[in-house]
Amino acid sequence: MIPPIGKILFRHLIKGPHTLRDAPPADPDGVDELARALAERTRNRLGRSLAIREIDAGSCNGCELEIHAVNGPVYDLERFGIRFVASPRHADVLLVTGPVSRNMAEALRRTVEATPQPRWVVAMGECALDGGCFKGSYAVMGGVHEVVPVDLHIPGCPPSPRQILAGLLALLDTASAR
Amino acid sequence: MMGHVTLLDFLSSGQPVPGHRPFPRFRLDLRAWRAMVAQMAMAEWSVMAMWGEPDEVHVALRDDDSGEVAVASHPCPEFWFPSLSRARPAAIRLERAIHDLWGLAPMGLEDRRPWLDHGRWPSRLPLASNPKPAAEVPHAYDFLKAEGDGLHQIPVGPVHAGVIEPGHFRFHCQGEAVVRLEERLGYVHKGISGLLSGRPLDQALRVAGRVSGDATVAHALAFSRAVEAAVGCEPPPRALWLRALMAELERVANHVFDIGAVCNDAAFAIMLSHMGVLRETVLRANHAMFGHRLLMDRVEPGGVAADLTGDGAETLRHLLPHFRRDFERAFLIYENTPSLSDRTLGTGVVATSLVHRFAAGGFVGRASGRGHDSRKAPGQVPYDQMDLAVPVYTDGDVNARLMVRFDEVRESLRLLGLILLEMPDGAVRRPLPRVAGEGMAMVESFRGEVLSWVRMAEDGHVLRAHAHDPSWFQWPLLEAAIEGNIVADFPLCNKSFNCSYSGHDL
Repeated sequence: MIPPIGKILFRHLIKGPHTLRDAPPADPDGVDELARALAERTRNRLGRSLAIREIDAGSCNGCELEIHAVNGPVYDLERFGIRFVASPRHADVLLVTGPVSRNMAEALRRTVEATPQPRWVVAMGECALDGGCFKGSYAVMGGVHEVVPVDLHIPGCPPSPRQILAGLLALLDTASAR
Repeated sequence: MMGHVTLLDFLSSGQPVPGHRPFPRFRLDLRAWRAMVAQMAMAEWSVMAMWGEPDEVHVALRDDDSGEVAVASHPCPEFWFPSLSRARPAAIRLERAIHDLWGLAPMGLEDRRPWLDHGRWPSRLPLASNPKPAAEVPHAYDFLKAEGDGLHQIPVGPVHAGVIEPGHFRFHCQGEAVVRLEERLGYVHKGISGLLSGRPLDQALRVAGRVSGDATVAHALAFSRAVEAAVGCEPPPRALWLRALMAELERVANHVFDIGAVCNDAAFAIMLSHMGVLRETVLRANHAMFGHRLLMDRVEPGGVAADLTGDGAETLRHLLPHFRRDFERAFLIYENTPSLSDRTLGTGVVATSLVHRFAAGGFVGRASGRGHDSRKAPGQVPYDQMDLAVPVYTDGDVNARLMVRFDEVRESLRLLGLILLEMPDGAVRRPLPRVAGEGMAMVESFRGEVLSWVRMAEDGHVLRAHAHDPSWFQWPLLEAAIEGNIVADFPLCNKSFNCSYSGHDL
């Protein structure tokens, strides 16, 4: 008997992966276009390697779910050389979610300090911009910029995988212009 | 016989508070509250939630024998109340949080360390009638000590190595074995109880839907139903079915991803990929049907914000058989990979007695023999018409928590098919009357029972509200589950619990 995992591997060999590819330019999802542009620029700027460290600074965990999606086989961020790393000391980009709860402000500051230069800070999601629906609470700082300088903001609540890709593209534009 | 007093019989000695629906609320004086605590030592009453106000403490209780649900309140003119912690250890962290936020002191509580308050807020007791000036320096936290030959500590967090929420874990280890794990949470405290108070309904709803992003439908639904109960509004039937549809989609999406993530933490990455693809099909269908991948802000008091079109229903009808087939393939892989079973079987066992003592629900409860599901009890439309099956296992290990998820996904897929078939036509929204009142509702999220309580003002504002996430009763059990396991199995155990940091920290 062929073990179940063998069947799956075989099917993937025949049918190819789930990853989005070669969609026509008019693809309403637009992911492919973005993805291609992103790949080119990453290569120019960072030689096919961009390491991202994610920091949850008080998000509701919705943003984290979409980051997982970008990392998954369908969007597969890693094919462009962009990957999530476990330590800020390995990172080029800090991707920060949440309105920055006061209990996390110090941890965020120290994580940014632990990241070598050059580094970029990306604030992701509505509440990372200005606190979003948590604005005005005694327990939040009201946006990532209140604690550390922000290079880019990715809008959305939570941003869709497409918006996250678009955001990283914009970051690479900014980074190349520097 | 004292042991056979039902919850309502017992509480009716207190003063009933009018306008609290659908479950009654009783105000107990000091003597009656003390008697209640004493009675809890004998009675099968579960603490469902516990929260404060500047001058009153509330506890929602369920009588597990009779199924009765009620809220007991105790006015605290001198800002203290007798603690429930001796009778119900699940109340310990809730009471510490009540003290941090509202300044009501639990008398008799042994653990007096602050919980949510890390000494970093602009004032102490931020929700009390008289907040105190800020702490001068952030609080140091005294972790419980474990001493012995060769014992060492491993501090982890708040910033973790993966894409997960922040929290601190302090391990005491002997070699590879964990002697004790202690959690320190509160890092993502956003002041949600404060944000829900004195707000226009739409703003409060937006916050309620973001208590825990992965359970946004469940939290928004619990809040909406509590508001509807408070003002006396019954949404149209189609809205109730649509809500169930969304809730089941949320359950499926979260469960499949959890299954993948647990296997990934056992170094079996193909499962994560497989489940990631399945999850993505659900999220895309969500977007096509209701305009949001996670279904945020789609449930609202009075009904739902978006109706399901014929095309949308077709999308889902098309999705279900494919999903089911691929899901069963993944299950076969799980069943037939001994190296994976080797990691999940017998790992992170939670004793049935502990699960009952903490009244833990969801897959944590059901994997250890506690089968409570609020879709069944007290029940709600349309689940009462669908003969819902609730899986219960007794092994209490990582494998059992996964098996509960596998079974629940199958059941949810069946429910989704049924809902598509039998959903009535009609309106999906009903305007809310502008009346004052108090309401409470429970909703079964993928993680367990979410409870929401609100007090509405006549002008449509939310006066006060509280959101309770099931994680409150599951986090403490994780500390028990890991004991005696090796450190390397912690991610596996943690993921099999998948407690919400945000939902707990509020």
